[in-house]
Amino acid sequence: MRALDRKLWRELWQLKGQAIAIALVIISGVAIHIMFGATLDALRQTRARYYQDYRFADVFASLKRAPESLQARIAALPGVAEVETRVVAGVNLEVAGFTEPITGRLISIPDTREPRLNRLYLRQGRLTAADRSDEAVVSEAFAEAHRLEPGAKLRVVINGRRQTLTIVGTALSPEYIHQMRPGSIFPDYRRYGVLWMGRRALGAAYGMEGAFNDVVMGLANAHAAPKVIDELDRLLTPYGGLGAHDREDQSSHRFMTEEFRQITLSATLFPTIFLGVAVFLLNVVISRLIGMQREQIGTLKAFGYGNGAVALHYLKLVLLIVLVGVAVGVGVGAWLGQALAALYMDFFRFPFLNYRLTLPLVLSATLLNLGAAVAGTAFALRAAFALRPAEAMRPEPPVRYRATVVERLGLQRWLSQPNRMILRHIERRPLKSLLTVLGIALACGITMVGRFQEATINHMVDVHYKLSQREDLAVTFVEPTSWRAIGSLDSLPGVERVEVYRAVPVRLRFEQRSHRTTLKGVPPGGDLQRLLDADLRRLTLPSEGVVLTDYLGQLLGVQPGNRLIVEVLEGGRPVREAPVVGLVKEYLGVAGYMDLAGLNRLLREGPAISGAYLAVDDRDRPELYRRLGEIPRIAGTAIREQEIRNFHQTMEQTMLFFTFIATLFAVIIAFGVIYNSTRIALTERSRELASLRVLGFTRGEISYILLGELGLLALLAIPIGFGIGRAICAVFVNGAQSELYRIPLIIHPSTYAFAATVVLISALLSGWLARRKLDRLDLIAVLKTRD
Amino acid sequence: MTIHRDRVFLARGLTKIYPMGEIQVQALRGVDLELFAGEFVVLLGPSGSGKSTLLNILGGLDSPSSGAMQYGGRDLSVYDDAELTRYRREHVGFVFQFYNLIPSLTARENVALVTEIARNPLPPEEALTLVGLADRLDHFPAQLSGGEQQRVAIARAVAKRPEVLLCDEPTGALDVQTGVLVLAVIDRVNRELGTTTVVITHNAAIAAMADRVIHLSNGLIARIDHNAQRQAPHEIVW
Ligand SMILES: Nc1ncnc2c1ncn2[C@@H]1O[C@H](COP(=O)(O)OP(=O)(O)OP(=O)(O)O)[C@@H](O)[C@H]1O
Ligand SMILES: [Mg+2]
Repeated sequence: MRALDRKLWRELWQLKGQAIAIALVIISGVAIHIMFGATLDALRQTRARYYQDYRFADVFASLKRAPESLQARIAALPGVAEVETRVVAGVNLEVAGFTEPITGRLISIPDTREPRLNRLYLRQGRLTAADRSDEAVVSEAFAEAHRLEPGAKLRVVINGRRQTLTIVGTALSPEYIHQMRPGSIFPDYRRYGVLWMGRRALGAAYGMEGAFNDVVMGLANAHAAPKVIDELDRLLTPYGGLGAHDREDQSSHRFMTEEFRQITLSATLFPTIFLGVAVFLLNVVISRLIGMQREQIGTLKAFGYGNGAVALHYLKLVLLIVLVGVAVGVGVGAWLGQALAALYMDFFRFPFLNYRLTLPLVLSATLLNLGAAVAGTAFALRAAFALRPAEAMRPEPPVRYRATVVERLGLQRWLSQPNRMILRHIERRPLKSLLTVLGIALACGITMVGRFQEATINHMVDVHYKLSQREDLAVTFVEPTSWRAIGSLDSLPGVERVEVYRAVPVRLRFEQRSHRTTLKGVPPGGDLQRLLDADLRRLTLPSEGVVLTDYLGQLLGVQPGNRLIVEVLEGGRPVREAPVVGLVKEYLGVAGYMDLAGLNRLLREGPAISGAYLAVDDRDRPELYRRLGEIPRIAGTAIREQEIRNFHQTMEQTMLFFTFIATLFAVIIAFGVIYNSTRIALTERSRELASLRVLGFTRGEISYILLGELGLLALLAIPIGFGIGRAICAVFVNGAQSELYRIPLIIHPSTYAFAATVVLISALLSGWLARRKLDRLDLIAVLKTRD
Repeated sequence: MTIHRDRVFLARGLTKIYPMGEIQVQALRGVDLELFAGEFVVLLGPSGSGKSTLLNILGGLDSPSSGAMQYGGRDLSVYDDAELTRYRREHVGFVFQFYNLIPSLTARENVALVTEIARNPLPPEEALTLVGLADRLDHFPAQLSGGEQQRVAIARAVAKRPEVLLCDEPTGALDVQTGVLVLAVIDRVNRELGTTTVVITHNAAIAAMADRVIHLSNGLIARIDHNAQRQAPHEIVW
């Protein structure tokens, strides 16, 4: 078969432009598949290993204060394998040279042994010494953000007293893989830090000698969690228990689960679409390539080559292109996956990353592409084999052109001869034209998917932070306080307006569904915090009843009019009932809202508040921050500007990276598709066009006949592509709904413009390349040889 | 004069119908035919009379709609695709009006394409020397003249030493001199290798080269002429 193999290599060389374009399409599809797949595998495996090796707890509970002796009773609960009691407190931190407020969390570690659960991964330095009360280990993220090394000093405000701590080590904890200030949804490592101190030192600072206010448990069997939680709640209620929960409600784990779900969605949706498009194109391109060889196939068969030998010949050609594409795609994907995983490493604070390509992942990409290529080849070959060699060898019979619809409508006098040829050709081959249009439309559609999110994110920020959360600063109190606190806030420098709120941790139940969230009491007529209805109009809270984030309503399956069970998770932990009176539009986070007085009534408490929103004068910010840090009652301060920046930063770091990659690949695919369509058309029609040249048509005219047709198809494809793109975005948006954020399906005109531009530029570039070939069309050679 | 040699082909009542939508084109309407080993036969007839159809059936490129078609005593009309492929591979050489060379292969490689799957072939170089193209071995089809391409096609057809050589208007696209050259090659192959040769032509003058001339008309054999004397190609007057 040497001559046949030589034919293979020569033709591959002739097809190099197209072969490269096809390979690029495959590379893009495979790389996306591998990138997401490998990243997801890596994150899942890393988390599982980290959890296991560092003994991430199964059940968590906070309480006001309980004697250490209670530990034995907790350990004795059926199903509990290990117990670690702790002292945990919120603090304000000060780092030299950083003026903005920093919130921190102090967690005790045993003085003389390793923690049984939630062990620390020490990155630098050492753990605290048992006899020192001024040492702390800080979370690596916080240390990095402030460039703090062991030996550096840090000031904390413990119980209103400033105290200086020396950092002795930096560490990571499975409890804080996702490290965020409570109430916030995006990490801010500069303004929120986790610190670990010796149990004795921290106990003394908070009056918790021989007592604890936080407990974590490891279970023998994760299924025992609901029972253990029930028992534990009963045990802890007298001690001010705030409601035990399992990993699902542990903040880091919960957010990570949501993030994983989002990544899984991207990891399924993007590759499916990209690979799907790539595979579709592969199929079309290959069947047309082989279709063009029908005379050669006939000749080979006339000389006694069997179907098997002919099929093998073409399969080799196809597999060569595909395998090169897959191999490069896997390489590129693995490399990008590593980059993406590294980005997530900043977001998820893992001590290590288990990144490696798994065989099933590589196999799935390979087999999908091979399958598509082989199917395309088989399909085309079957058509060629169905013809008797005598027929296959004959040039395709002159096709029967007819007057086109346009002409039948009597519009022909508006059409020049070349235009008529274009229209007739398109109409003559409706399926081929349709496939070309569909291919370009798909390419157009996928260029929208990556990009639309950018504009959408801006919209989300605008709605959330400009229409809804309009404060400059948000302060939270250590515990519910009386209204009088406003007075002290009002008089602080630069404060222009104060609006209070009450926030209560609750579990909302409706029928069999429940959700742990915050119920917020908002005073009527507030200006800094506004609730919006579905049309983004201001909504006024009725004096009774609960209003839910629309997504929370969906999660609970409630409608206005339904009655919710409200299990309060603080204080005496009362269980109440309240009607749902409305839904609010929120893109970020979920919560329930009530009129402030109404909430106080529901809780049967006095006029208590949990925090306040402030409008401030920018000039006074530094002084204000300093003064706020000194108020012991204030557990934390959030700066809205900073929240917006955190939001953008997080989005840019993770989402925008892969949307950029996705867009890049989409553009490559779009170009690959259009270039291939052009080249195939060129090859299929070079005889015809050469004949026209012989008849006296100019280069410009024959180019117009060929490229005009493609241009027309591309133009037709663009609006269809818009529809496809919108549909894919809708699928993405639907799947990406989460507690963290909901991306609205808003497609900015610039996204459409971008997709159309990609198609048009690809078409122009392909047209230009084809035009160069047309100009060099060797009339004699084309007419002399038949193929 | 009758030729009494081994009978290679025996066709009885061959018909071929092409369905064309509602109408049916009857290309062959009942052809009875015998071809003998080593003879040179010319098929003559007006356009559309069924010459190519008959040749294709002889060569196993197509099957008759009805009738029997024997080659060496075996009925080709019942062969399936794989058997026809083997038949073509082992016994038949084709020359087509439009050469049908593989454009991406050189002259030598186009011949090699066939010799590589033949049992007892001539070396490609020898086959090309036979057609007078020893100095064009590494030219691609696009670098050859029409006559040269056709001679490559003949070399390709004869290189496997087929029992039958079937040529469909081999000179149709050629000028007189080149046509004569090509015919001389076919004639030489027929004489030297003893290949049973069937040539379709529109040119009645070429008929003088043949042992027998079969006239087809409207899907039927109208007449068969025997030439007492075969003319040499260069003696033919067009
Ligand atoms: N694939 C086909 N489908 C339909 N009709 C066909 C097909 N092939 C041939 N025919 C018809 O069969 C008849 C005989 O065709 P054939 O090609 O055998 O003629 P021919 O004698 O070789 O003519 P020419 O000298 O023009 O080559 C013609 O009327 C032709 O139109
Ligand atoms: Mg014919």
